[in-house]
Amino acid sequence: MAFSLHEKNDTIVALATPQGVGAIGVIRLSGIDAIRICNKIFKGKDLEKQESHTIHFGTIRDGEKVIDEVLVSLFIAPKSFTKENAVEISTHGSSYIVNQVIKLLIRQGARPAKPGEFTQRAFLNGQFDLAQAEAVADLIHADSEASHQAALSQMRGGFSGEIQKLRNELIHFASMIELELDFTEEDVEFASRDDLKVLVEKLLRVIEQLIGSFDLGNVIKNGVPTVIAGKPNAGKSTLLNALLNEEKAIVSDIAGTTRDFIEDEINIGGVIFRFIDTAGLRETTDTIEAIGVSRTQEKMKTASLILYLFDLGDTDMVEISRDINKLENLGVPFLKVANKIDKADLEFVGELKSKHPDTIFISAGNKENLDDLKSRILELVNLDKFKTGNTIVTNIRHYDSLVKTRESLLDVLGGIDQEITNDFLAMDIRRSLHYLGEITGEITTDDLLANIFSKFCIGK
Amino acid sequence: MFPQYDVIVVGAGHAGCEAAHAAAKMGASVLLCTMNMNTIAQMSCNPAMGGVAKGQIVREIDALGGMSGIISDKSMIQFRMLNRSKGPAMWSPRSQNDRMRFAEEWRLALENTPNVDFWQEMVSGLVVKDNRVIGVKTGIGLEIKAKSVVLTNGTFLNGIIHIGEKQFGGGRTGEAAAKGITEQLVSLGFEAGRMKTGTPPRVDGRSLDFTKMEIQHGDENPEKFSFSDETLPLNNQRPCWITYTNKEVHETLETGFDRSPMFNGRIQGLGPRYCPSIEDKINRFAERERHQIFVEPEGWNTVEIYVNGFSTSLPEDVQYKAMQKIPGFENAKMFRPGYAIEYDFFPPTQLKLTLETQLVENLYFAGQINGTTGYEEAASQGLIAGINAALKVNENEPFLLKRSDAYIGVLIDDLINKGTEEPYRMFTSRAEFRLLLRQDNADLRLTHLGHKIGLADDKRLEKTLDKKDETAKLINDLKQKRLAPEQINEGLEEFETATIKEKITIEKLLKRPQMGLEKIMELDEDIKIYLSKYPKEVLEQAEIQIKYESYLLKEQQMVEKLSNMEDFKIPLSFDYLSIPALSAEGKQKLHKIRPDTLGQASRISGVSPADLSILTVYLGR
Repeated sequence: MAFSLHEKNDTIVALATPQGVGAIGVIRLSGIDAIRICNKIFKGKDLEKQESHTIHFGTIRDGEKVIDEVLVSLFIAPKSFTKENAVEISTHGSSYIVNQVIKLLIRQGARPAKPGEFTQRAFLNGQFDLAQAEAVADLIHADSEASHQAALSQMRGGFSGEIQKLRNELIHFASMIELELDFTEEDVEFASRDDLKVLVEKLLRVIEQLIGSFDLGNVIKNGVPTVIAGKPNAGKSTLLNALLNEEKAIVSDIAGTTRDFIEDEINIGGVIFRFIDTAGLRETTDTIEAIGVSRTQEKMKTASLILYLFDLGDTDMVEISRDINKLENLGVPFLKVANKIDKADLEFVGELKSKHPDTIFISAGNKENLDDLKSRILELVNLDKFKTGNTIVTNIRHYDSLVKTRESLLDVLGGIDQEITNDFLAMDIRRSLHYLGEITGEITTDDLLANIFSKFCIGK
Repeated sequence: MFPQYDVIVVGAGHAGCEAAHAAAKMGASVLLCTMNMNTIAQMSCNPAMGGVAKGQIVREIDALGGMSGIISDKSMIQFRMLNRSKGPAMWSPRSQNDRMRFAEEWRLALENTPNVDFWQEMVSGLVVKDNRVIGVKTGIGLEIKAKSVVLTNGTFLNGIIHIGEKQFGGGRTGEAAAKGITEQLVSLGFEAGRMKTGTPPRVDGRSLDFTKMEIQHGDENPEKFSFSDETLPLNNQRPCWITYTNKEVHETLETGFDRSPMFNGRIQGLGPRYCPSIEDKINRFAERERHQIFVEPEGWNTVEIYVNGFSTSLPEDVQYKAMQKIPGFENAKMFRPGYAIEYDFFPPTQLKLTLETQLVENLYFAGQINGTTGYEEAASQGLIAGINAALKVNENEPFLLKRSDAYIGVLIDDLINKGTEEPYRMFTSRAEFRLLLRQDNADLRLTHLGHKIGLADDKRLEKTLDKKDETAKLINDLKQKRLAPEQINEGLEEFETATIKEKITIEKLLKRPQMGLEKIMELDEDIKIYLSKYPKEVLEQAEIQIKYESYLLKEQQMVEKLSNMEDFKIPLSFDYLSIPALSAEGKQKLHKIRPDTLGQASRISGVSPADLSILTVYLGR
């Protein structure tokens, strides 16, 4: 069941500077597609047309959303540390930013590097002489020990239990399928498809939660990405300033984050909220009508929370319902915030209350009812999860494995729906087990067979 | 009296016969030594070939140019394609065979193979000089010279048969055990172990009441094993029957447990978990009230019946009494009692992928001597050992199959890298690429390889190439040909699948779970006429390749991803012990097994991913 231990032709990515400290984070990419992959998320010069050993200023973007302002250094093979194409991206040091950038690079086709893999490649490509082999080998050894230790300590508590449970259920699941495949002639009962489906769905929910916790894990450290959406004169800036002034606790102690450029951070009830692209919001070009436009939609989709703000004095019911409908389709949690209650027509307020009873009525200018808004915000982001941090995936490699597990499980589900036979299902289940195995350790077919033989009477 | 042979094969079971045939076919001069010329290719256990995963192996042997498929076809009395309701990777051919004809056909096939000589005598030892085998010694003191030797001793090495408290030496019931070889090999430095297997009683069919059993017929349209035109499917078939044990049977068997060699510790060897004796089943799964018994005829004409599922080493009187409590067996007369047999094997981690031993050059092991069980597993190893012995004699490159090439590749790779604690049997779940390793494409996967080494003949290759070309052409046509709504909607409704509004290609239609080519033929007369031009195996091949395209592609991609590691060669002389950074366990295992490639190293238990990275560093550039 070993699929991928050493792949020479892919592109690897990792943070080159220590995690979580320092004003700058340097992300390193190496491999044949390093420059191409970086180019896909970099806005600035076309990196593929630049010369080796040049440095370029630009932004890293997720769709249209700016993640950070960066410096990119290019090294074209063989003139790099690894003798492959290589890129070094210097970002601001926030671990949120670093992880976002790495995630983007993975989405574009890079693979998280294994311990010592850069050094290993450098060696394989002849960067060192043979005398250094032992030193490199020791480094890999030590690195893998360290990462093993790190993974173990991280897995204490909820995470390890969760994964362990998952793994066992999956092994059982796989065994049942294998049993049916290999011992079809035997007088044994097999699991029903319906049961299998229930099980996979259950597994998917847990995996989703674990994957979600990767973002949550970062959120604890880096803030909940939040967007205030509304028409130009709805009072977005006023609300933001009101919240800022109220708290007087602008959080800018994350090293290297340039406050003006990316975000405003506000501490509400101990949770940090990061207002994305507030510069853009302050400009009066961002209208809710543009939700349908993909640029804005992309931006909103990446938020964990949207505050839909409208002016009671200049928005009619049709418009409000239409906007709410659009936001519901977006799938991001949002709050309906009606502004300028001090100047509102009471009849309209009544109508709104009956139609949308969960609307929060405030006056940003008068700082009226802001406490209510804040408590609703906290409610919405499911504070419990944040505070207890029970199940948290912070390792990007684990995250990557979980995402692939999810993909395989979705394939299993699709297979069940299409009434595909068990031999095909088994392949996707095996893939799921394999990717999960990247966190918990490999599961071999011998394990599956042992499980079968211990539980079922097999054999003529 | 004897010339110097290229290859001497010791033992004429499934492994020995394939080895002798393959080596001779490739031009080597072969001597086949057996203790008894009358028991060549005996089916010591059940009179059947194939089954899940094993049927795939028989097809692979056939595709490479081996004989097991043809012999099985010529001697079969019933054919079933198991698992038809599952996906094509699970379809598994299985035949019920006439035990006597099977042996006869093999003997005739070998007699008709130029370059095969026979000698009936026990081989008692090897002639080894400078860690190289140069011949064998026989019981009456002859020395026969050879460039290489293939040992396929089966259960004969120091075999001990157990029936209740009785035990006696023997390699099979009524046949003597072989002595001397184990002791010599151990003195040469080999590690030896002990394994156990068993077989059920045989009974008189005239004494059974078949009306009390469920009848099990062969397939309505039986297929066959061999891809070649040398054999034909059966016209007539014999049925088998199914019956069940019950509480009374179990209670009667339990009365003999105190005299069971299994339970009183007399049997030391490890038996297979998946082929347990009936007493083992009752003991381990006490909650089960009944176990299935397959009642299988031993041939076309004989009345002898094989009681599949009732393997036992309990005292014969207990076997007899318990059996008579089985529905249909009330008056059963026993021909031969069931028994357990213990025998020597050599942990296969001592071999190379060619099945040559690491310790003694030009010495090959195949079959149960390597810790496997099953005719098919044995035959395939014999084939690989015979091929490689012949290749090496002529100083040609070895013949190796990868895990992604064949079940045979999986089998050998598992044996050499993981060893085995119990008799190793093939399961489809052992193959990570089982969707690609199907019985229907064994010829497409392997015949060109068999042809390249001179085993599969030109006719076979041509036939395979034709199948390949025609399949490609058909797939292309199915992608082009479009069907109109008015043409097929009525039929689609009948098959309970969505009707269409615009023209649709046959390919698209075929991808629907509810649809197959057979149904599509029923939709429209023109299509039927068009498709009927193609032979059945081409239709089947095209259907599988289209219908499961996305899954096959995914698996193919995994194979390619791995090929990097499989192509990364490690020199045989590589000194693992001198690398301090390797984990202690990894170092020992690598040193012992000496993998050919990094891919092989990755599958050795105890070798960690970090060990692999370190290896690549040392192997470097």
